[in-house]
Amino acid sequence: MRRGGFTVLLTVALAVALVFLTLPVVAIFVDVGPGELLSGLDDPAAVDALRLSLECTVAALAIIVVVGTPAAYLLATREFRGKAIVVTLIELPLVLPPAVAGIGLLAALGPKGLLGGAGPDLVLTTAGVIVALVFVAAPFHLRQAQAAFAAVDPAWLDASRTLGASPARTFARVAVPAALPGLVAGLALAWGRALGEFGATLMFAGSFRGVTQTVPLAIYERFSTDFTGALALAAVLVAVSAALLAAVKLVVRTDVSGVPAR
Amino acid sequence: VVVVLIAGCGGGGDGGTSERPALMVSAASSLKTALIAYGERFDGADAKFSFAGSDELAAQIEQGVKPDVFASANTNLPDALHAEKLVEKPVVFAANRLVLAVPADSTKVSSVDDLVGADVDLVVGAEAVPVGAYTRRVLSALGRETSGRILSRVRSNEPDVAGIVGKLTQGAADAGFVYATDVAGAGGRLRAIELPGELQPRVAYGVAVVRGAKHPEQARAFVRGLLSGAGSEELREAGFERPPAGG
Repeated sequence: MRRGGFTVLLTVALAVALVFLTLPVVAIFVDVGPGELLSGLDDPAAVDALRLSLECTVAALAIIVVVGTPAAYLLATREFRGKAIVVTLIELPLVLPPAVAGIGLLAALGPKGLLGGAGPDLVLTTAGVIVALVFVAAPFHLRQAQAAFAAVDPAWLDASRTLGASPARTFARVAVPAALPGLVAGLALAWGRALGEFGATLMFAGSFRGVTQTVPLAIYERFSTDFTGALALAAVLVAVSAALLAAVKLVVRTDVSGVPAR
Repeated sequence: VVVVLIAGCGGGGDGGTSERPALMVSAASSLKTALIAYGERFDGADAKFSFAGSDELAAQIEQGVKPDVFASANTNLPDALHAEKLVEKPVVFAANRLVLAVPADSTKVSSVDDLVGADVDLVVGAEAVPVGAYTRRVLSALGRETSGRILSRVRSNEPDVAGIVGKLTQGAADAGFVYATDVAGAGGRLRAIELPGELQPRVAYGVAVVRGAKHPEQARAFVRGLLSGAGSEELREAGFERPPAGG
């Protein structure tokens, strides 16, 4: 009897959580019909925003893969003094509010920033958008990749080296394939975060159609003038993000159910 | 019963430190300094502010958000909400001037004419936000060719004046159109270049009590104070002009 009551309580809690968390997403698709959603996308500015978001997130992911993957491998396979501090520092952007990221990027890389505009002009440019995306999204991949590499059986890496493979070859031919599901999952999470980036982009890169106005910024701009158009763009982001999440689930499941990595 | 519940919540929410209700004020970003100072002096309620582009705030009200007071950087948005019966009759409570703002230490731009020159980075308000609408009105008065050349220098369409001021003070852009009060409030980091008189748009601020406001009495008192009293004093202090006569 008492156990039954507790089960009811748990079920109610789950039902409340489920309704609360799905309602806004459902509303995006229900508030206006599919026809209106599609016509909301029939707008050159919306197409520009979608194209820019795709280009910038792909560029950011490429940087994250090329730099982040080896960095995560080092963190997963070597011990050194201060490692815990390094890990904490590179994970810090995970918990920073986007506005803090934006003002931090300005303070570091802006024309009057720490680096004094020494590098290329990033503020108000597409390159600036990519920098903001890398900053907020990289920790998702670093974290996941580190865990994935750490889960690879060290005996395999040792065996590879004993058989004469160089450390670089061991990384590329043994560690990366073995950790691949975890790496892909980390990338998908980083992609999702990058697609949704708003505050840091607006503060650091501004908002200009085709140059720095990504989909979240276009949604915000439409909110006051074209609510249907804003909903249409939001629906696209929901669909893409849901597909990314499903991909993560799928990859992680094959990871557990069998093959290489543990 | 609902009224009693809300009143009860209000009392409890103040934590017993005061009996003053919380008055929710949605206001244009450009009013920030003046209204925060006024809020500290306002006796009737504990004023809480939400500052953003007037168009975003108006869109929130259209979507069913109910602050007590809506103060806009133009008169069209409150008038439109009034026509939709979402706010009470708006009143004009202040006037402002559009200026060309440049970083205080920059000599690159010294007049509107300099904007046509190559190599000038301009930031403006997005078209839907009042400051962006005024800016486009000024530019269109310069003729299609000049205005097109100046608009081609725009590097960012910001959602509110705070974004424009931020980009200028950080040196991210060379010039931007903001209100005279924004330059006055930037602590010496910006310099204002006045627009020729014939280009100056009529920048009037409208305020209205929102229909269905939780605290309509306090909201009306807050609006009265903007017209004459502490609010009006703080507006002058921040550089706002008196509302145009008969407005």
